[in-house]
Amino acid sequence: MKILVGIKRVVDYNVRVRVLPNGSGMDTEGVKMSINPFDEIALEQALRIKEAGQATEVIVVSCGGDECQQQLRTGLAMGADRAIQIKTDAPLQALSLAQALLKVVEREQPGLVILGKQAIDGDNNQTGQMLAALWNRPQATFVSRMKLQGETATVTREIDAGLETIDVDLPAVITVDLRLNEPRFVKLPDIMKAKRKPLDVLSIEELGVAVEGNLKIVKFAPPPQRQKGIMVESAGQLVQELKNRGLL
Amino acid sequence: MSRTLIVAEHDGHSLNLSTAKCLSCALAIGGDIDIVVLGQDVATVSQQAAALAGVQKVIAVDAAHLAQPLAVNWAPEIISLAASYSHLLGPSTTLGKDLMPRVAALAGVGQLSDVMEVLGTHSFRRPIYAGNAIIDVVAAENTQVVMTVRIASWHAAAEGGSAVIEQRPATGSAASHTRYVGIESAGGERPDLQSAARVVSGGRALGSAENFQLIYRLADKLGAGVGASRAAVDAGYVPNDMQVGQTGKIISPDLYLAFGISGAIQHVTGIKDAGTIVAVNKDGEAPIFEVADIGMVGDLFTIIPELERLL
Ligand SMILES: Cc1cc2nc3c(=O)[nH]c(=O)nc-3n(C[C@H](O)[C@H](O)[C@H](O)COP(=O)(O)OP(=O)(O)OC[C@H]3O[C@@H](n4cnc5c(N)ncnc54)[C@H](O)[C@@H]3O)c2cc1C
Ligand SMILES: Nc1ncnc2c1ncn2[C@@H]1O[C@H](COP(=O)(O)O)[C@@H](O)[C@H]1O
Repeated sequence: MKILVGIKRVVDYNVRVRVLPNGSGMDTEGVKMSINPFDEIALEQALRIKEAGQATEVIVVSCGGDECQQQLRTGLAMGADRAIQIKTDAPLQALSLAQALLKVVEREQPGLVILGKQAIDGDNNQTGQMLAALWNRPQATFVSRMKLQGETATVTREIDAGLETIDVDLPAVITVDLRLNEPRFVKLPDIMKAKRKPLDVLSIEELGVAVEGNLKIVKFAPPPQRQKGIMVESAGQLVQELKNRGLL
Repeated sequence: MSRTLIVAEHDGHSLNLSTAKCLSCALAIGGDIDIVVLGQDVATVSQQAAALAGVQKVIAVDAAHLAQPLAVNWAPEIISLAASYSHLLGPSTTLGKDLMPRVAALAGVGQLSDVMEVLGTHSFRRPIYAGNAIIDVVAAENTQVVMTVRIASWHAAAEGGSAVIEQRPATGSAASHTRYVGIESAGGERPDLQSAARVVSGGRALGSAENFQLIYRLADKLGAGVGASRAAVDAGYVPNDMQVGQTGKIISPDLYLAFGISGAIQHVTGIKDAGTIVAVNKDGEAPIFEVADIGMVGDLFTIIPELERLL
């Protein structure tokens, strides 16, 4: 069985990005870029499944400009067997991305597609669900535990009401939550080895996917700031302050 | 004119508050508004939905395979109703986030996540980058708009309506490839985080599940819901459904009290809509103080017991 893992190149989660003064986008000039944290967890899970003898190949796929090859190489260094870049310089909406991923799925016929639950730049939380819909296959989102048995995955999902468990038959799309695992660190020799692993480039046009969607971002703005607060010295003062504001 | 269909969230007995919040968003869009209640034995919930003011019609789809909100079973039902609607709305709860992208993909359109403001029938505002930026998004005029509504940004719409309830048979059947097994719910007696007027939260500083009792006791004194940082959840002090933040719950209580939480951007994005934020942290430089309305530098292990005595 093959496992396909989607990884997105995003601004590192430790960077506090700002909106460009003219409101045309985010100021990402020179900031640190990383694999979306959820996607590292997705990849880690795929590698563990392979190491347990339940998969034969792990393929990382990323959609974007040539910069995303950097993240694909990191994925290969973590242990993926090969990489696919879906090349486009257009910022894709989740639906176009899902359509592109479906084309790759049709070529590769994976038993599992594992994605992050959300990309921490756009905070969309959509791609896996859309891919599952287009593929007409099960979706298991926000997964924090999973067990594979034959052709079925038993997964635990983190939902608002607690932990929900469902069974899905393969092939299926899984989107992972933070507590599924702790991704491994990349070792230096593996970075060298990763350079020799295959990385194929497919253009989005070649896949026959339209890059235009029905949604368009027209403006970026900084969030409203909260008013500066006050400091209190004692629990008594704190309680008094809450009473003054009619909160107790 | 717009015609909006809202997907009701419920547990079989009562309508989740998120539905009335979606209704506020739908009212801001304008036009006719219907609510669809999918589930099994949905009579009670349908009546609750019909009592919301501003709803024209409640469509009740009652079928055994809809009892659990599995997106694979719910999405096709929504699609079978969708043709006459310009807008399809679900809440930005885990239910809506799981479901609405599947609906959008089946409808062949993009989806807007976490809509916080309506600027026009096809123009909306939403946060990205954990709330570090707010974007205006325009949907093409002739396309169906599918979205999740950021429930922390909206008040619950009022009751006082009397919409007609229309029964419709399910058009689909259970997907055989996806099976519901069960749910483990921490679900105590405390107010629900997403609708509580007051929330008390604890972070890594609590140090253990036992110490977290301090937070629970204070919360009970205040009639508050209980939240936590990711670090506290990861460390196993509390269950996952208590996580507040970018990847947990986005909440908007009138009063939020954070104890031993540093204030990472991923946490803060979950509380920005709170009325008043109180932070107690022993580090005067902790970033939580940048967003706190009332801050106090000190040790939570001495301050919480003092507060308990004073309340
Ligand atoms: C992709 C991603 C998503 C994330 N999503 C979320 C999310 O949804 N929610 C979330 O919360 N985090 C999230 N995080 C994690 C976030 O970055 C922080 O790591 C986390 O919020 C830290 O939790 P904390 O404040 O409890 O712990 P710490 O950062 O360790 O802070 C503990 C604080 O307690 C104070 N303290 C210690 N002892 C005491 C004492 N005795 N009295 C008073 N104060 C004391 C310290 O000064 C410190 O400020 C996410 C991270 C990533 C990468
Ligand atoms: N450009 C991309 N290339 C590859 N995978 C992506 C890309 N964008 C999103 N994904 C995958 O889809 C998941 C959800 O992203 P989103 O729906 O954008 O929040 C991510 O965690 C990735 O696994």
